[in-house]
Amino acid sequence: MDKFTTHTGVAMPLKRSNVDTDQIIPAVYLKRVTRTGFEDGLFAAWRNDPDFVLNRPEYAAASVLVAGPDFGTGSSREHAVWALQNYGFKVVISSRFADIFRGNSGKSGLLAAQVDEKVVQRLWDHLDDHPGATVTVDLESRTVKAGDGPDAIEDSFDIDDYTRWRLLEGLDDIGITLGHDDVIAAFEASRPSWKPATL
Amino acid sequence: MGKTLAEKVWDEHVVRTADGEPDLLYIDLHLIHEVTSPQAFDGLRLAGRTVRRPDLTLATEDHNVPTLDWDKPIADPVSRTQVETLRRNAEEFGVRLHPLGDVEQGIVHVVGPQLGLTQPGMTIVCGDSHTSTHGAFGAIAFGIGTSEVEHVLATQTLMQARPKTMAVTVNGSLPPGVTAKDLVLTLITHTGTGGGQGYIVEYRGPAIEELSMEGRMTVCNMSIEWGAKAGLVAPDQTTFDYLEGRPEAPKGADWDAAVAHWKTLVTDDDARFDEEIVLDASTMTPFVTWGTNPGQGVPLGGAVPDPESFEEQQDRVAAEKALEYMGLEAGTPMRDIKVDTVFVGSCTNGRIEDLRLAADIIKGHKVDKDTRLLVVPGSVRVRMQAEDEGLDVIFKEAGAEWRGAGCSMCLGMNPDQLTPGERSASTSNRNFEGRQGKGGRTHLVSVPVAAATAVRGTLSSPADLVATGSEA
Ligand code: SF4
Repeated sequence: MDKFTTHTGVAMPLKRSNVDTDQIIPAVYLKRVTRTGFEDGLFAAWRNDPDFVLNRPEYAAASVLVAGPDFGTGSSREHAVWALQNYGFKVVISSRFADIFRGNSGKSGLLAAQVDEKVVQRLWDHLDDHPGATVTVDLESRTVKAGDGPDAIEDSFDIDDYTRWRLLEGLDDIGITLGHDDVIAAFEASRPSWKPATL
Repeated sequence: MGKTLAEKVWDEHVVRTADGEPDLLYIDLHLIHEVTSPQAFDGLRLAGRTVRRPDLTLATEDHNVPTLDWDKPIADPVSRTQVETLRRNAEEFGVRLHPLGDVEQGIVHVVGPQLGLTQPGMTIVCGDSHTSTHGAFGAIAFGIGTSEVEHVLATQTLMQARPKTMAVTVNGSLPPGVTAKDLVLTLITHTGTGGGQGYIVEYRGPAIEELSMEGRMTVCNMSIEWGAKAGLVAPDQTTFDYLEGRPEAPKGADWDAAVAHWKTLVTDDDARFDEEIVLDASTMTPFVTWGTNPGQGVPLGGAVPDPESFEEQQDRVAAEKALEYMGLEAGTPMRDIKVDTVFVGSCTNGRIEDLRLAADIIKGHKVDKDTRLLVVPGSVRVRMQAEDEGLDVIFKEAGAEWRGAGCSMCLGMNPDQLTPGERSASTSNRNFEGRQGKGGRTHLVSVPVAAATAVRGTLSSPADLVATGSEA
């Protein structure tokens, strides 16, 4: 997993609440056997609408999603996170995330930044005035920033310490466990010789 | 204070503990199949990682495989892709694979025990919820998600919070004709589908001790159906007798060392469980489901319940919905329900003992003219053994279909599916809406009930065959 310290990218407003994982990626798109290529299924049902925000040219390079509350509810499919990442999103900002989605995000390296509802609204207003504007998300200082001058937005976001540490260090669960390689090797050395093997 | 069996096995596998973190648990055996492994292997590839212990990993093809024409390419493109991907991954990462056509191919939970790879005191995981089956040997065995599959592939460990423990003590003896399947269906109706949530359950007591290994596997298999994390049974002479001489079981001095250790794997007298349930086997009868979850069951001698008879509002609503989906009227005697298809198979009831039992009942009878009977061995070995014993001839003479090994009609992922509205009596483990095919209606039953139902065309027990004198 790549280290995540700070990210500045085009932010895309998604003015909906309760975006569940079936809306993020419908079940028919789950048939792939890889972890990549799910971008085609991202928000598939809405993308038929030419006015859907993802279809607008100013958001072609979007990497920060600013969504309404209760993002990622529903099925536990990890594909929802992969679809967002495959499309190019690095950060999702919302005032509330579903637990499993937040967990899956942390595992895969997608930053789920939880902010106050008012911050989402201010970001949306800012993006309405400046379509295609960028937002900066700084994991070290746990802040989101957008715009400059007197109207600049700067506020903090919530993320649990453990996930923050893992993202900053670029460690996925596997990376962390591999860090205990010596303990695992010692355990393996003590296993009885009669334990079965497949090879 | 002493320890429970589950605590002993768990503690023997803890690689690392730290305050506020889950335990890091060593995994003795990682079983793999084509459906839940592709993204895990892809994740390894993307991160440039390898499989840490290919020698503790075993792959088979089961969910997607056809049980007819298995020598031809798989027709469904998605199924074919998953199977071919597994073959490529096994090759690339050096994992032993038993593919379609191989003599050891079959349902992953049938193959592990029959090879003797499943042994007491192990930790066993698989990207499949019915991994609990292996607990019958006194192992801690549970299903995991695809990210966890990747974690085990890369590290041979898993981060796991220690579950609570529960004892299910079953006193008395099962009456003749009542099986392990009836026992576990009775238990699930008793507890509800969430009753085991968060627990590793130890099944114990005289009725459990009297079960064969196949029967114990049937009980442990359905642990997940009442929400348990895992289910296990303490190893005893029945376990050792089953294992001795199997291809991957320890041999010679290793066997003695292993058995000496396995004998210590019992719950200490002064150990305490977080929860305990006591049941009496001697009052149990053939048990079948009427609804769309495994907890919606009644004795075969009973009737479809009236939704109004449930105390809880949510149970009433669930029952109403289930009856509508199942096309059933409250008050209908279960024995009057006509069945289109009978499925004998799956990781719950697709072992040699199950097929022997079914053949024994079918022998000399014919399958009802409006009913079809599908007999699907859980593995190629089971199929071969059944053919050695002439069971296939009995089934075919009765008019049943004798198939190749796989998950088959347990789930609608391969060609063996129910059509909308079609009703089955199935020895499998899930009666969810659409589980056996879109719109299909499933009654979960034991092997004897399945066999007798195939003959009479309505839900029946072997006793009904004698009563109606329907011998051919
Ligand atoms: S037989 Fe059914 S329950 Fe068992 S592994 Fe196959 S699909 Fe799952």
